[in-house]
Amino acid sequence: MCDLIIGDSQWIGGAAENHWYVKLNDFFDKEKISMDDFVPATVVGYSEWPKNTPNYWALPAMADAVGWTYRKDWFARPDIQAAFKAKYNRDLAPPKTYDELKQVAEFFQGREIDGKKVYGAYIFTERGSEGITMGVTNVLYNYGFQYENPKKAYQMQGYVNSADAAKGLEFYKDLYKCCTAPGMTNAYMQEGLDAFKSGQVAMQMNWFAFFPGLYKDPNVGGDKIGFFVNPAGPKAHFTQLGGQGISVVATSDHKDDALAYIKWFAQPAVQQKWWQLGGYSALKAVVDAPDFPKSAPFAPQFLESMAIVKDFWAEPSYAQLLLDMQKRVHDYVVADKGTSQQALDLLVKDWTKVFGEQGKTVASE
Amino acid sequence: MTTIIHPDHASVTRAPPAKSRPAWRGGGLSDRSIAWLFVAPTIALLLAINIFPLIWMIRLSFTSLNLSMSYLPLRFVGLDNFRDILTDDDVWARLQTTARFVICSVALQVIVGFGLALLINRRFRGHSFWTTIILLPMMLSPAVVGNFWTLLFQPQIGPFNYLVSLFTGVPPSSFSMTGEVALAPWTIVLVDTWMWAPYVMLICLAGLRSIPDYIYEAAEVDRASPWRQFWSITLPMTVPFLMLAVLFRAIEDFKMFDMVNLLTSGGPGSTTELVSITLKRAAFEKWRTGYSSALAIILFVTVFGAANIYVKALNRVKQR
Repeated sequence: MCDLIIGDSQWIGGAAENHWYVKLNDFFDKEKISMDDFVPATVVGYSEWPKNTPNYWALPAMADAVGWTYRKDWFARPDIQAAFKAKYNRDLAPPKTYDELKQVAEFFQGREIDGKKVYGAYIFTERGSEGITMGVTNVLYNYGFQYENPKKAYQMQGYVNSADAAKGLEFYKDLYKCCTAPGMTNAYMQEGLDAFKSGQVAMQMNWFAFFPGLYKDPNVGGDKIGFFVNPAGPKAHFTQLGGQGISVVATSDHKDDALAYIKWFAQPAVQQKWWQLGGYSALKAVVDAPDFPKSAPFAPQFLESMAIVKDFWAEPSYAQLLLDMQKRVHDYVVADKGTSQQALDLLVKDWTKVFGEQGKTVASE
Repeated sequence: MTTIIHPDHASVTRAPPAKSRPAWRGGGLSDRSIAWLFVAPTIALLLAINIFPLIWMIRLSFTSLNLSMSYLPLRFVGLDNFRDILTDDDVWARLQTTARFVICSVALQVIVGFGLALLINRRFRGHSFWTTIILLPMMLSPAVVGNFWTLLFQPQIGPFNYLVSLFTGVPPSSFSMTGEVALAPWTIVLVDTWMWAPYVMLICLAGLRSIPDYIYEAAEVDRASPWRQFWSITLPMTVPFLMLAVLFRAIEDFKMFDMVNLLTSGGPGSTTELVSITLKRAAFEKWRTGYSSALAIILFVTVFGAANIYVKALNRVKQR
C-alpha cells in the first residue's frame, strides 16, 4: 500500500471519519507549517474536516477549479468579429456571464471556419463517475443553488430545489442542446481536451490542471488559446472546486518518511518549483507574489477562480450523494426525463435518505 | 467370483482375475479416505471462495453495513434492505430495462444464430472459412467489443453513422447511437447480438447435424417440400438445442455488465442501466454493502428460479 495519498477534496470527510488519514495538526505545529500560509479555499476544501474547523488531515497540494478555454485566434478574426457585432450588436469577447456564453456558443455553433464545421461549447456530460455534476454545478451555483440552508445544516428543501436552481439546471440543458458537438452525451475531461485540440469547439469547460498542457499544444496552444473564468449567473458568481490535498495513510509503515516528504513539499522554494513545472501551488507566498499573474497566461484566471470556488459535499457518504446527483441530472439534461424542478425534487429526496442512513437529522422546513 | 447385474436385467458371471494385485493403502487409509483426500482441496477451495462468501453475503444482507462509513456501528436491520429494494421504483425500472434487453437480445440472437446455422449446415464450398469468420466476435473480450463499438458509433468519425447515412441519406452526425434515448437500448441489443449470435449458431449447428439423414430421405420419398421438411423435421428436432441456447444466453444477458458499461455507462440518463450496473454502483461506488448484498440475493433467486422452471420445460420438450 502507499504511504502518501493525493486525495480528492470530496474524500476528506470519509477519510477523516474512518481514520484512513493521519491527523496532521501536531505535525504542522511541530514543523511550524501554518495553514494561514495557504489559499483559504484550498485549506477548507482539501485539509479540514469537519469543514471550517482547525482539524487538518492534508496539506493543500494541487489547487484546481473549473475554468474555460477559448479559441483566441477565432475570436480575433475581423470577419468573425464583424458577423458577431452585426448579429448581437456588441463586441465578441470572452463571456463574463452565462447569458453571454450561450450567445457566443450559439454564434459559433455550426459555423464553418477554415472549411471545417465547428461547434459552440464543450461542457461536461459524463454519466458514470462525477462528470455531469462537476459541470452542472458551475451553472447551478450561479443561479442560486445551495447545498443546504446556511443557517441550518442539512436542510436542503428550498435550497437544492429552489426555483432559481431549477432555472440553472434548465439553462445547462439548453446549453447542452443548442451548442455542443454531436455525440457529447457521456463526455468528461478527456473528451473536452480532444474536442478542443482537434479544433472542434470555440469554448471548452475543463479543469485548470489541463491548461498548461493545452497552452503548449502545437495546434491550438500559444497565441491561439485564451482562458476565462467561469461566467457569473444572475444570482452569484462561483466556480466548482477541483484539486487535491496530500495526506499520510494511517496504515503506512513509513509515516515518518511520509511526513518528512510533506515537510519538504511545504517549503516555499519547492512550491515555487511545483508551479513552474506545471503544478498548481496553493501557497500564498507563490500565488500572491507580484509577478505571479504574469507567470503563465492562465495565472490571473486561476487566481480569480480560486477566490470564488465552491465544492460538492465532502461528507463520508459523498459517493452516494454524487451518484444520486449524476443520475438525476443526466436523466433530465441528456435523457429528457421530467422537468428540472422534478429532477431537483427527486435529488432532495435521494439526499435526505442518504443523510438519514448516515444518522444525520435532516430538517425539511 | 463377481456377479454383475446388467442394466438390461441380464445376469453375467465373470471369472476373477488370475492374480489380483493388492490395492495400495497409503499409510493404511481406505479407498474412500484416499478419495476424500484427493477431493478435499477442491472442496476446501469451493467452500472458501464460493460457499463462505455466499453465506457471508446472506448475513450482510440483513445489516446496515456501508463500507464508506465503516465507523458507524453495524446494525441488524432485518428485512429492511429487501423491503427497500422491492419498494424502490428505480430498481423495478432497472429490472424492466434488463428484462427488455434480455428478451430482445435473446430473440434476435436465436433468429440470427439459427439462420446462420441453417446456412452453414449446407456445407457449401468454403463453409469452414466462413464459420471461423462468423465465430470471431464471440472470441473477443467484451471490454474490447465495448470499446471498439463505442468508436464505431461515434457520430462524427464513426463508420457506423456514415454507413447508415449512405443508405438513408440522414446526415451522419445528426444522431448518436449510444447517446439518444430512442436508440441506445437498441444499440446494446445490436452489439450483444453481433457478439453472441455465433454462439447460438454453434449450438443450433450441433442440433442440425444430429438429425439423421434418413429422416430427410424418407420425407423426400414422401414428396415433402423443403418448407414442410423444415417445419416437420428440422425445427421440432432442433427445439431442445434452441431452448438450451435461450437458457444460456438469457442467464448471460441477465448478468450483462462489461459491454454495456463501456458502451453507454447505463445512459443516457438511466435508459440502458441494467440491474447489474445498479448492483455494481450500489456495491462498489456507493459502498452500500448491506443493501447490495440483498439486491444480489434477489437477483440470484430470480435467475435461479427462472432457470429451474425453464429447465423443467426443457426436459418436458426433450421427453416428447
